[in-house]
Amino acid sequence: MENLKALCYQLRKDTVDIIMSGATGHIGGDMSVMEILADLYFKQMNVSPDKADDPDRDYFIMSKGHSMEAYYAVLCAAGFLDLQDVTERYSKFGSPYIGHPHNELKGIEMNSGSLGHGLPVSVGLALAAKMSKKANRVYVVTGDGELAEGSNWEGFMSGAMYRLDNLCCIIDRNRLQISGSTEDVMALDDLAAKVKAFNWNVICVEDGNDLDQIDAALEQAKACKGMPTCIIANTIKGKGSPVMENQAGWHHHVPTQEEYEQIMKDLNTAKEALS
Amino acid sequence: MGNKIANRQVICEVLTEHAKEDKEIVVLCSDSRGSASLAPFFKEFPEQSVEVGIAEQDLVGIAAGLAKAGKKAFAASPASFITTRSYEQCKVDCAYSDTNVKLIGISGGVSYGALGMSHHSAQDISAMSSIPGMRVYLPSDRHQTRKLMESLLQDEKCAYIRTGRNAVEDVYSEEDCPFEMDRATVVREGKDAVIIACGEMVKPAKDAASLLEAEGIIACVLDMYCVKPLDQEAIIRAAQGAKVVVTVEEHSPFGGLGSMVAQVVSANCPKKVVGIALPDAPVITGTSKEVFEYYGMNAEGIAETVRKSLRS
Repeated sequence: MENLKALCYQLRKDTVDIIMSGATGHIGGDMSVMEILADLYFKQMNVSPDKADDPDRDYFIMSKGHSMEAYYAVLCAAGFLDLQDVTERYSKFGSPYIGHPHNELKGIEMNSGSLGHGLPVSVGLALAAKMSKKANRVYVVTGDGELAEGSNWEGFMSGAMYRLDNLCCIIDRNRLQISGSTEDVMALDDLAAKVKAFNWNVICVEDGNDLDQIDAALEQAKACKGMPTCIIANTIKGKGSPVMENQAGWHHHVPTQEEYEQIMKDLNTAKEALS
Repeated sequence: MGNKIANRQVICEVLTEHAKEDKEIVVLCSDSRGSASLAPFFKEFPEQSVEVGIAEQDLVGIAAGLAKAGKKAFAASPASFITTRSYEQCKVDCAYSDTNVKLIGISGGVSYGALGMSHHSAQDISAMSSIPGMRVYLPSDRHQTRKLMESLLQDEKCAYIRTGRNAVEDVYSEEDCPFEMDRATVVREGKDAVIIACGEMVKPAKDAASLLEAEGIIACVLDMYCVKPLDQEAIIRAAQGAKVVVTVEEHSPFGGLGSMVAQVVSANCPKKVVGIALPDAPVITGTSKEVFEYYGMNAEGIAETVRKSLRS
């Protein structure tokens, strides 16, 4: 687990390099979601490049599709994609590596980008497994600002209605969206109470950037029977460097060269401390 | 004459027949199993049925998830809702993500009559056709609906199928229903004018041609059930020798069959194309039949448009 913690910071560095190369990206949410993605891909999920089409695989849906650069970094480290190729061609003319999930790429199940799509799709995936009496688990990561889309609440209803205990929704609760605080833009709190009222098992993770806490929550989710689980992971937008932490302006800011150097320095320091 | 079976009912029949053998078929409804004539399917195959409640975005998203996991998903809901209420799910989750979802729009066009514009789908052809990867079909009668559904069960791509609410008179018969996937059906040959229609407008188009024949005007009638992919060859072949092309559709005058036919004709064999469609306004209150008569979308109205177009 210690190495995986350090890996999260290497993945953050890879993510920043992808963003710098393409001169675009959603850096704030990329940084907040990293431990969630890493734990899913390297500890929890039954997925691998050799079995990308295995009918028994677990399914991952990136509903907050704009955190694609972090997802690229994870898919590369997991062996689905090549980091050098992604970094060089990200967002470039004619590139397959666009700014949102694109399921012509290995390892990506569904396209997203437009928000509020992942949860209903995941309900369908989980329902299919139940209908076929199969053991696939389905994981969907949503943003928090994204939850203003009503389609999510349709998905919360149907996930509970069909008692999909093979479904786990992880909310990257970084409390910021492009215009500012989620609570100022369209208030979500008490979010846990809301999701619980929809008949979901709700697990609140105090520090969603702590891999141990995320992993423990995902283990608890697996043990829950008869209802789907929603993990509300309290994270820090821009996690990894004070230059970008907790600032709405860094939703999709591309670092200047000076900022880049400071961010990489901070990420290196964090990585070394964990190595 | 005398047919009492609506096209939507045939869809249920075909799915029920196949679901006995094919356990991957899943039918989804949004509190619409009655409207969609799918209640018998839900009753016979509860384990292959999914109710999502009045939530069309969830309906299409769930259908896409089921399809991604290998199911053959058939999502049925009123045409006005499944297309425009869940348009983004149709675009992103079905077409863009390339999932095997068949979107069944029932009670399309002005089928809901006096319920008003909220329930009319006069935008669905235009909206769905402009999504890359989405196919759009409007079968004309029960026999063609059956053949279309049999064909769609064999492929793994998404499609939108629009049917009306009411029983429609037969265009074809059980013994004589020529059908080739994605090819228009030539209902009758003719050189003076070409009438190209889709869905429930094919029958009045055929009847219009009979009226015109009695006056010595021989019109070709094309059943363009495959609005997308449009059978361009059939249009060009029919239009080349004709003096005028008339299109008939239960849809807005913009972006539907008429617009598409006009594009093909103007690029390949330029001549007059006249579109018969619903107005760009809320339609007058009435049953489908009354509405069609009022806007000249019945046999006599279509015949009159052909006559006028040939004169001017």
